[in-house]
Amino acid sequence: MKIAVVSGKGGTGKTTVSAALADLCQGSLILADCDVDAANFGIVFPAEDVVSEPYAGRDVVEIDSDVCIGCGKCEDVCRFSAVQVIGDAAFVHPLSCEGCGTCMLVCPVSAISRKKMVSGEIYTGTTEKGPLVSAELFAGSGNSGRMVHEVKRRAFSFAKSDNLIIDGPPGIGCPLMATIGGVDAVLMVTEPGVSAVHDLKRLVVVCKKMHIRMFAVINRFDLSNQQVREIEAFCQAENIPVAGKIPFDEHVVAAVSACMPVTRISCPASDELSRIRAFVSDSMKDS
Amino acid sequence: MNIIAASGKGGTGKTMIAANLAFAVSQHESVSLVDCDVEEPNLHLYFPGPVVSVPVKTLIPRIDTEICKFCGKCGEFCNYGALSILKNNVLFFREMCHSCGGCRIVCPEKAVTEEEYGIGTVEIRKPSTHLTLFSGVMNPGEVLAPVIIRRAKELGQSGLTICDAAPGISCPVIEACSDADFVLLVAEPTPFGLANLRQMTELVRLLEIPAGVVINRSFGRDAVIHEFCEKEQLPVFLTIPFSRGFAEVQNGGSLIAREFPEWEQKFRALYTRISAEVSR
Repeated sequence: MKIAVVSGKGGTGKTTVSAALADLCQGSLILADCDVDAANFGIVFPAEDVVSEPYAGRDVVEIDSDVCIGCGKCEDVCRFSAVQVIGDAAFVHPLSCEGCGTCMLVCPVSAISRKKMVSGEIYTGTTEKGPLVSAELFAGSGNSGRMVHEVKRRAFSFAKSDNLIIDGPPGIGCPLMATIGGVDAVLMVTEPGVSAVHDLKRLVVVCKKMHIRMFAVINRFDLSNQQVREIEAFCQAENIPVAGKIPFDEHVVAAVSACMPVTRISCPASDELSRIRAFVSDSMKDS
Repeated sequence: MNIIAASGKGGTGKTMIAANLAFAVSQHESVSLVDCDVEEPNLHLYFPGPVVSVPVKTLIPRIDTEICKFCGKCGEFCNYGALSILKNNVLFFREMCHSCGGCRIVCPEKAVTEEEYGIGTVEIRKPSTHLTLFSGVMNPGEVLAPVIIRRAKELGQSGLTICDAAPGISCPVIEACSDADFVLLVAEPTPFGLANLRQMTELVRLLEIPAGVVINRSFGRDAVIHEFCEKEQLPVFLTIPFSRGFAEVQNGGSLIAREFPEWEQKFRALYTRISAEVSR
């Protein structure tokens, strides 16, 4: 069973829920951290024997200033404001360049070439719960969607006969879509606040478009009863089962600070997470 | 002056900080508030009001199959795999297209023209005399977030602009930070928060933008953040404690600067500190 824990809004408790599900899992397990912008799964489950590989997932162009005649044709066609003529030669802003190569088409003196840029590292290591695939995007390296795709591809290649838990990214853009493509279900962690509820609704639109099975988890549900009712009504209307409601619990804060899954502490949040795990795995078995 | 609220980690309180700061400042002077988290924009939830929507469009190729000779040059050129040329047909995968316009240039038959395609909107609201909100909203299923961010920032450009960035350190955040005079890093005092503050600090150093820190949801144990900030010479401007009361205010769609006069003062003071740093 391949499950991705996602949320739309950040900071609703994805890593806490992912870590709890992983901790409660008895059989063999693969872990993946698809939040390559801010990877935290490995803080809870430190990996050993980590193999690190550079990931060259992004193209940028280079302009040979000795050949360039400074005509500015490249600057005219670039839709990303990534090329600029300064003095008698054109220069590339590597942070803005999308590597499309349109400038290469118009350069009259063939001064432009394209190269792969290393945009981060992909890590494969062993944790107490099983292999962990994660990644670190270098600051300013742009596109994280492709990198997420690569993390997931590697995790899937491990996960042929196993359980996979993915700690997902916030948002609904390319990293999210790269994360959830091909998983068996997503667990959407929300909380009773205007922002989280709004973001959940947008996330559901994307998951529906991609035909992904959905479960909802309401975290810190006791901070506002009225919005919990709104979330439950929305989920019911959308036919999304609410797998559980986790109370606000200072033990969660303590567990995060101690870098461990909250399920190692006996507390109300931990009890509910056990029920959530049972609910999801029973529902998946039934179908 | 352009101030950006950013953080590597999601949910640290960027939107809350940007909204409170804009609210406090707008009691006395004009502010544009720009929501650059176009995947999940939330600022409008704290400033409801009538909306004027400006569509955001991008260009996509249109291939005239009467003229096309199916030579395959456009498909070969496209670095994003958006065009697939068959024997007598062309398949276009819109969600892969980055709107670079190269296929139009590379076509030897001039069979490619471009047409506009809507990928989102910028919603404009005027919740009070001195405050205008520009929310970039990407249509669900779309991916070209930077295009919408750029448009929202263009429309929101003014004497004082406060932007709320998306979480992370990749393209949407880099786009939000372009032209920034100051980045306000919102940090959560946890091991996760520290790890992501470190990455975000690397990014602002790379972009050469001055930065300062606000610690949010403090339980009074913030030593790790303070140690890091001291080492990196990042000023810590403000610490906001965790409180169920604050959580309720925000969860319900209000602002602590609106509900508690002392917090309006604190956010005014935060603005004064930022202005002083920028003019230094």
